[in-house]
Amino acid sequence: MDLTWTAEEGAFRAEARAWLEANVAHGLPSGDTAEGFALHRQWERKLFDAGWAVVSWPREYGGREATLFEWLLFEEEYYRAGGPQRITQNGIFLLAPTLFEFGTDEQKDRILPRMAAAQDLWCQGWSEPEAGSDLAGIKSVAVRDEAGRGWRLTGQKTWTTRGAFCTHLFGLFRSDPAAERHRGLTYFLVPLSAEGVAVRGFGRLDGDEGFAEVFLEDVFVADSDVLGGVDRGWEVAMATASSERGLTLRSPGRFRATAARLVELWNTRPDPSLREDVVRGWMDAEAYQLQTLQTVTRLAGGQRAGPEASLTKLFWSELDVRLHETALRLLGPEAELEGPWSKGFQFALAGPIYAGTNEIQRNVVAERLLGLPRR
Amino acid sequence: MRFAFTDEQLAFRDAVRDLLEKECPPQAVRDAWSNETGRVPGLWDKLCRMGVVGPDAASLEPLDLVLVLEETGRACVPEPLVETFACGAGGVASVATGLGLELSPLVLYADSVERLVLERNSALYALPPARASLESRPAVDGSRRLFAVSWDTGRAERTGLEARSVLDRAALGAAAQLCGIAQQLLDKTVGYAQQRRQFGQPIGAFQAVKHQLADVALKVEFARPVVHRAAYTMEPTHVSMAKTYASDAALLASRVALQVHGAIGYTVEYDLHLWLKRAWSLAAAWGDAGWHVDRVGRAILTPR
Repeated sequence: MDLTWTAEEGAFRAEARAWLEANVAHGLPSGDTAEGFALHRQWERKLFDAGWAVVSWPREYGGREATLFEWLLFEEEYYRAGGPQRITQNGIFLLAPTLFEFGTDEQKDRILPRMAAAQDLWCQGWSEPEAGSDLAGIKSVAVRDEAGRGWRLTGQKTWTTRGAFCTHLFGLFRSDPAAERHRGLTYFLVPLSAEGVAVRGFGRLDGDEGFAEVFLEDVFVADSDVLGGVDRGWEVAMATASSERGLTLRSPGRFRATAARLVELWNTRPDPSLREDVVRGWMDAEAYQLQTLQTVTRLAGGQRAGPEASLTKLFWSELDVRLHETALRLLGPEAELEGPWSKGFQFALAGPIYAGTNEIQRNVVAERLLGLPRR
Repeated sequence: MRFAFTDEQLAFRDAVRDLLEKECPPQAVRDAWSNETGRVPGLWDKLCRMGVVGPDAASLEPLDLVLVLEETGRACVPEPLVETFACGAGGVASVATGLGLELSPLVLYADSVERLVLERNSALYALPPARASLESRPAVDGSRRLFAVSWDTGRAERTGLEARSVLDRAALGAAAQLCGIAQQLLDKTVGYAQQRRQFGQPIGAFQAVKHQLADVALKVEFARPVVHRAAYTMEPTHVSMAKTYASDAALLASRVALQVHGAIGYTVEYDLHLWLKRAWSLAAAWGDAGWHVDRVGRAILTPR
């Protein structure tokens, strides 16, 4: 066991810190609004130009081939410096790992550099009105277009984060109508500018237009935009699900930064009745960091992320809610005002719902990690 | 950065697990409840030969022992391991030791250890049990023979041990055992939920049962790295986090284990209660979660 950073890792951290401290965009409006999205896009471009947009990717796609540990350091420095939300997140953290695993060279070359540079912005097209937690129940269909050497997509996706502002969608469609549930699904990459696509943005809990419904009517998608093979969509999507639940979506740096802000808030309002909650929140963020370091050690040793990702998702999503709840209690009568804590609280409440609700995650833990019977 | 144990450390753990499966099965713990000392006859010497305690353990670091201590919790070993570990300077004290600190003054196995280490005014003294007066204090865990000790510094020797670091080692040792207990309770309860049938199906197929067990798995998963980091650094704040997380994990595990077992778990004829009571004891010993959270608070908060 060696819980110290190497000289190279230290140098990487110092370089990231120096650049971020000099360049982080502070005070941007929410990226989940039309005007905020445009400003965030400029920030993403700046990150990309300096080589910090996708640190762990290969250089040919805009990365700097950072190790997983270096990626953690970057994330820690990013949130420590007060860096804003990443509007590219669903592309760089969810689609990209899937592309690296299942994509053709042509797809990677075509999609990844534009994604990293925030030229193309990707949203996730999984949920449908009748298929939320029960994702395998999706009804949107893909019909073979032999003449056009592609597929025709029809259906509706919903609760699509930043769908009203993104340029592309990755999603699951039923390509074999005779197949049951998890079978017969295909993973497609869809430009939202395609003919037959209609997008309607709508307000999330916090009022931002961060959600969208995406309607598809006979939308043509070429064979080159099938990811991972026809009828293999479930397997491909589940590879993304592990990333979403686990490491890549929520690095510890975020929660450590929130916990540090909570400690700072308590220091200015030292309410003894909330002291234990504040300390426990800080400790939980620290515990999340330690569990992540242990997980990354395993991944660096060649092991794959598995159902343990569900434990990680349960922990960070419930931690985020607790941190914000404690902050709001510290704020007392000011808690109802618009502000970073009330905004953050509303955002945190989404955590136990998206990326597989925490009820689903507890089922996964019980069935796949503990071996309890499914029925 | 490498947050993992060495092959040697893992092999040591496996060897101790094998030894304890043979030498300290639940029946041995059960027998200890009713024998003279509350301990398992002959087990201390076997642990000594394996290097868990005794001269061979003197050169080990807390990190070498933390997984082994987890195993002793898993097996519910009724021996003064935490106390003897706590009173070693580098590794483990060379003789079986009873420990009384101002924070946790009752001394475990005071009548059967070779020496007592006791705190007075933040200084630690050593004396043989024969030079102290022992008053038995019956505990809920019948294998934990606890004593209030009356003694006189004039009949004891001042040790070079530092009270704070002995407390940290005791808290870490207890945290490690609590992790082992929590894991054992989880494993036993999952096993029970798989085979116990009601309403025509295993009770483990009910979501209300699954989710309780998932919560225990979550607590254990996040407690262990905290305990392992504390063994690596032995920093007081890290130790306090370890004792907090391990206590919370073991207490939740015992609560859920009993609930899922139902009435059979609520008997002394079934083994489950051995671990439940050990969890309660160790969660309260060497600073409970509240005490340790407070200590972390003093380190990180700076009220203005």
